[in-house]
Amino acid sequence: MTTTSLNHASVLAAEETTGIDATLEKYFGPFADWLASIVFYTVPAFGTDVPLIVGWLVVCGVFFTIYLKFLNVRGMKHALHLVQGKYTPADAIGEVSHFQALSTAISSTVGLGNIAGVAVAITLGGPGAAFWMTVAGFVGMTTKMAECTMAVKYRHVHEDGSISGGPMYYLRDGLAALNRAGIGKFLAAAWALCMMFAALGTNAFQSNQATQQLVDVSGDGAIGTWMADNRWAIGLTMALLTGAVILGGIKSIARVTSVMVPFMAILYFLGCLTVILGNLGGIPGAIADIITGAFTPEGVAGGVVGSLIVGFQRATFSNSAGVGDAPIAHSQVRTNRPATEGFVASLEPFVDTIIICNMTALAVVVTGTWQGSDVGEVGGVTITSRAFESVVSWFPYVLAVAVLLFAYSTILSNSFYGMKGFGYLFGDNRTAENVYKLVYLFFTVIGAAVALGPVILFADSAFFLLALFNVVGLYFLAKVIRREIVEYWRQLHNGEIQEVSPEERAKLR
Amino acid sequence: MESVLVGVDRSEGSRRAVRFALERSRVNSWRMTVAYVINWSQYGFPIPEDNEARPLQRKAELEQAQTEVIDPLLEWIKSELRGDDVDVTSVIQHGRPSEVLADIAQAGRFDLLVVGRTGDSNLRTAIFGTTSYRLVQHSPIATVVVP
Repeated sequence: MTTTSLNHASVLAAEETTGIDATLEKYFGPFADWLASIVFYTVPAFGTDVPLIVGWLVVCGVFFTIYLKFLNVRGMKHALHLVQGKYTPADAIGEVSHFQALSTAISSTVGLGNIAGVAVAITLGGPGAAFWMTVAGFVGMTTKMAECTMAVKYRHVHEDGSISGGPMYYLRDGLAALNRAGIGKFLAAAWALCMMFAALGTNAFQSNQATQQLVDVSGDGAIGTWMADNRWAIGLTMALLTGAVILGGIKSIARVTSVMVPFMAILYFLGCLTVILGNLGGIPGAIADIITGAFTPEGVAGGVVGSLIVGFQRATFSNSAGVGDAPIAHSQVRTNRPATEGFVASLEPFVDTIIICNMTALAVVVTGTWQGSDVGEVGGVTITSRAFESVVSWFPYVLAVAVLLFAYSTILSNSFYGMKGFGYLFGDNRTAENVYKLVYLFFTVIGAAVALGPVILFADSAFFLLALFNVVGLYFLAKVIRREIVEYWRQLHNGEIQEVSPEERAKLR
Repeated sequence: MESVLVGVDRSEGSRRAVRFALERSRVNSWRMTVAYVINWSQYGFPIPEDNEARPLQRKAELEQAQTEVIDPLLEWIKSELRGDDVDVTSVIQHGRPSEVLADIAQAGRFDLLVVGRTGDSNLRTAIFGTTSYRLVQHSPIATVVVP
């Protein structure tokens, strides 16, 4: 009798405390559904429903890879030389090295897309989705190359030496140079507006999955149960930490985070390697599953095309090729030749998608954690966490630290991107800026509180809208992009562009 | 005319190096250049805000180095010379001190490089060795380390 009443009391308490979570979910869910139904408008083709927007990105990546003569792979060695500063003369414009621009951009892309997103892709699209993610990463290298070249070409260097760049500038000024000023202005403004919302979505997704992992590792005890019932409180903590940086101006927290991210990425890589080596016997089978699954998937909605769509969608969410946020970071670089940053930027999807995502994919496939009965409900990060747990029981704790850090750094850098979109549209309005930042922090809380489904829908929708406007612009600029990159490559090979001698390199200044 | 390059920072040790070079420049009529290197690496992991602010930050660092290190040093050199005439120039650059000093020495065709044995040492240099130690190992020209 006593036990029953006790249970009853705790159930009541739980209902009361989940109130906030439930309210947030009630209003947010339908809104996300509505937005997704527009962005992911599907047409029936190849025996399944194909979201037009995904096809749009596939076509863009394949087109530019061929149009730019596979320079994404052929130029990789040169890209590494550029990163070492071998081709940067001291008097080039800009004050940020190729390495710094790349590391800043990678910090903001390596996040939960690599950990949770891959697991989601494999649950939905089977192991074959990992293959399509790799293909997406491969063609994404060229898309990234194209957009970052444009970001440098059409950047604005102000009198004090500071630089503004990004899709809003190349869409507006690049298209104006082609006598398409009207379309350019529209695309730039639409992109900037969507960037504001996409930043909110990415923010919510990161916060959601970080919270999920924190709840998972804290167990079934009193603390764990309380956290599971009060996810919004975890979100609020993250929002306060973010607010300290973006509203309070305590930049040192962000600096420490950005130095820690690469180390955590290496740690994550080693973690995956441990999982993979722990299942060494299963590796050939896992690779076979990934490759055969790509062409003859079993039990996947939509078959090959279904698997391909899922793979491309999650790869794009992870490396953001074609989306246009990374070019903002890349535009700051010190160089006189826009194409140089294009080559450097092409390394970003390589590191993010081809290396890190594949590590996650192998870990998840080889341990078989993607096949559990409840994989549809638990969400991506839990599936990856289980793969880690199956090899070393305490690994999920390490993963939790990595996840929190990745999430936090991505939340911070996305606030920067969001503010860039905001600044382009509204200029320097301090009050309005603070309102946007508060809304941003509110979405960190929402993301933590509501279920993964609506969050990922919203994040995806906003993200892919960006790609729509950005890629239209890239098609208009295709000839300019090709001239810039292919001409650079030609000059590099006939000796007109040479390595800068060590004394004249940029480190001297 | 021969020329001497002196690597300087805020330390006492670098003052002694300057005095050493100055004495010889006066006696032998050498040209003298004092170089201050602001520690900076192209291999950083900066946040986007810092990248954006970098041009202004860099300008501020150069100005600060000029007013806080180079100007007082040139003033002090003037008072040390007491009317004697030595051709002294100054240069400020960003980078890793030992690498940049070696590069300036090479590019400017200097005959001699002078540094103090101990500089503004901190924990990092205590662990990884000092600028003077690295220069002795890697400098392209004759290097004097002043105790």
